Amino acid sequence: MAERALGKGPGRVLIAVYGIFALSASARAAVQIATKFSEAPLAYLLSAFAAVVYIVATVALARGGTTSRRVALVSCSIELAGVVAVGLLTVFDTAAFPDDTVWTDFGRGYGYVPLVLPVVGLLWLRYAGRRKAVAS
Amino acid sequence: MPVNGTLSAIVIVLSLLAGVWALVAAVRDRAPDRLQLIGLALVEVALVVLLVAAAIAVAGGDRPASSVTFLGYVVTVLCLPPLGALLARLEPTRWGSVIVLVVCLTVPVLVLRLHQTWQVVTSG
Repeated sequence: MAERALGKGPGRVLIAVYGIFALSASARAAVQIATKFSEAPLAYLLSAFAAVVYIVATVALARGGTTSRRVALVSCSIELAGVVAVGLLTVFDTAAFPDDTVWTDFGRGYGYVPLVLPVVGLLWLRYAGRRKAVAS
Repeated sequence: MPVNGTLSAIVIVLSLLAGVWALVAAVRDRAPDRLQLIGLALVEVALVVLLVAAAIAVAGGDRPASSVTFLGYVVTVLCLPPLGALLARLEPTRWGSVIVLVVCLTVPVLVLRLHQTWQVVTSG
């Protein structure tokens, strides 16, 4: 039971939200790359990268277990670093990102959820990890 | 307007109603009940009707500003209610109801975006 705690209860809500973001980030990246890749290759590759990170995080959270926990930890950290880095870049250097990505302006186009999500994810990993340590 | 405003409004209202019901269930510490799943099913049906209407409009010569973008939103939004129902069934606790709530709040946002991708064309 302890190993699966990661993907249960509130963890399952987290999986749902990550799943929605994996889906919409993938769709957005696919559309951008299919229709106007040459306009802003960097921004669109970044969109694709963000989509991959969301997919990896979703799968890792859903699977649970020691390895997945580690993978989830890494992907949530990359996400947090990504949203902060891209957020700062888009605020200070608008020219670098002519078109929106999920992480543009700290995820403003997505109700700042991209900024909050990795923090919640990391907190949940910490909480679920601690509960596992107590149980075993 | 090619994508019927009334149809979009119906989807949004249905989704928000289901969302309110899910919120009530979550606050009362209840697992997703049959009504929530029916709500999700109704939202999905309404979405399909909306998209059939859009397809008819496309066949009639109207086009969204970017067909690919429109299609991207269509695929995403159609996946949401089934995804929510599946996860809600897997999680028979209050958190299952929270999942339904999250989905029911996301659908209206996507429908509004869907609507915008089309309105670009009608307004110019």
